[in-house]
Amino acid sequence: MSISTDDVAEFEAEIPLGKLPLDAWHRAQGGRMVGFAGYEMPIQYEGIMAEHAWTREHAGLFDVSHMGQLSFTGEGADAALEALLPGDITGLKTFRQRYSLLLDEDGGILDDLMVSRRPDDIYMVVNGATKYDDIGWIIEHLPDEITMNHMDDQALLALQGPESGAALASLIPGTADLFFMQCGPFSWDGVDLWVSRSGYTGEDGFEISLPGDAAVRFADALCALDAVKPIGLGARDSLRLEAGLPLYGHDIDTQAGPIGADLGFAVPKKRREAGGFFGHARIVRELAEGAPSRRVGLAIEGRLPAREGAVILAGGKPAGKVTSGGFAPTVGAPIAMGWVDAGHAAIGTALEIEVRGKRLAATVAPMPFVPHRYHRQKI
Amino acid sequence: MSRYFTDEHEWIDVEGEIATVGITDYAQEQLGDIVFVELPAEGATFEKGDDAAVVESVKAASDVYAPISGEVVESNGALEDEPALVNSDPEEDGWFFKLRITDASELEGLMNEKAYKAFVAGL
Repeated sequence: MSISTDDVAEFEAEIPLGKLPLDAWHRAQGGRMVGFAGYEMPIQYEGIMAEHAWTREHAGLFDVSHMGQLSFTGEGADAALEALLPGDITGLKTFRQRYSLLLDEDGGILDDLMVSRRPDDIYMVVNGATKYDDIGWIIEHLPDEITMNHMDDQALLALQGPESGAALASLIPGTADLFFMQCGPFSWDGVDLWVSRSGYTGEDGFEISLPGDAAVRFADALCALDAVKPIGLGARDSLRLEAGLPLYGHDIDTQAGPIGADLGFAVPKKRREAGGFFGHARIVRELAEGAPSRRVGLAIEGRLPAREGAVILAGGKPAGKVTSGGFAPTVGAPIAMGWVDAGHAAIGTALEIEVRGKRLAATVAPMPFVPHRYHRQKI
Repeated sequence: MSRYFTDEHEWIDVEGEIATVGITDYAQEQLGDIVFVELPAEGATFEKGDDAAVVESVKAASDVYAPISGEVVESNGALEDEPALVNSDPEEDGWFFKLRITDASELEGLMNEKAYKAFVAGL
């Protein structure tokens, strides 16, 4: 048989893979390492199903140090970034985080990202596989008086799951006061941390930026807690798919615009009206006329998963493609995300997906597939 | 009964003209949690090396090859309801299909258990 365990590899092996601060730590924990986004990363420890379930029930520790952490300083950095991002950055309050998109001239998505305002800079987290392209694009389009620093000596850890709040608070009590999409500076055992209450699993959780040389010590402290286990990239993917969160390079790319991608929430009214950013014309047009194709969730009958690339059929004719899919451990059935022609994108539309000559019955389903359980501030 | 192994991580039990085929413990360990197994229909005929079955883990689909030529006489229906049998008991209850062997000489190049263990140790 052909064993393909490294199918998440984003790069061919022609460029030597980099090592991240927790590399030896993952191996010591029994992590199976694969190439991902240019680094050797753990795809799993004890198994994807068990790690997925653990994160939904307890707290999982994810190493996401491959992601790009960028800092922007200089007078008017927020306004300058608004030329590149469709989000409200000038209106972003200190200690608040937002999801945003890096758009090209035609409104295609170059990357999706998190942006926060800190007391002394604007802090951005971008995808690992795209970070160097992002940096090039941003430098090309940002005025000279704005300084961008790639914080490549920082590690990034995510602690996710319903017990993550209590777990992190047992080490750093102040983090209990954060609500979803809030962030702030904290200190642990003499180490400066930047913590946001956010993540990529649909669960409550945190993302923690810290110096790379403190990452092993902090990961050990977290995993010494009964609630916390290390979780690999495999479960990260199945968790985010159930949460309906797109994966850049698969579910969204430069062909995709924010409206078709169902990410219109990242373009607030004020910016839709005023414009002044790359891609505005396409957003206005697609808001008025509708996007020609749309990102949708797909519930699949039976047990056979449909994977990325599978053709979606409507009335027997090609109507789109699956962009990510697999067996959903919490749902207990195969699910997928895909792009379909706008006429077939309504919730409840009956479609078929072709897998190895079989046609699987599929229905356009609301996302998330598993309800989000964020720790939101009650207003 | 003799058990043979391939370098593609299939095992084959031969009893008379019938060969029972499955994947090895090493293979299931590498694949991780198995969520679906697509088995060949009774009566299907394969040449050695043909795609004979597909095993889907949470992450990926992998082909299982026919380790020798033959005609399918039975598939393991238990895997339809419980694909995780391949993880829990890959080399016994988690078998995939049985073939009526068309050319027993094809068994000659395959490994025995000792040789397969040494092969896996070298990976």
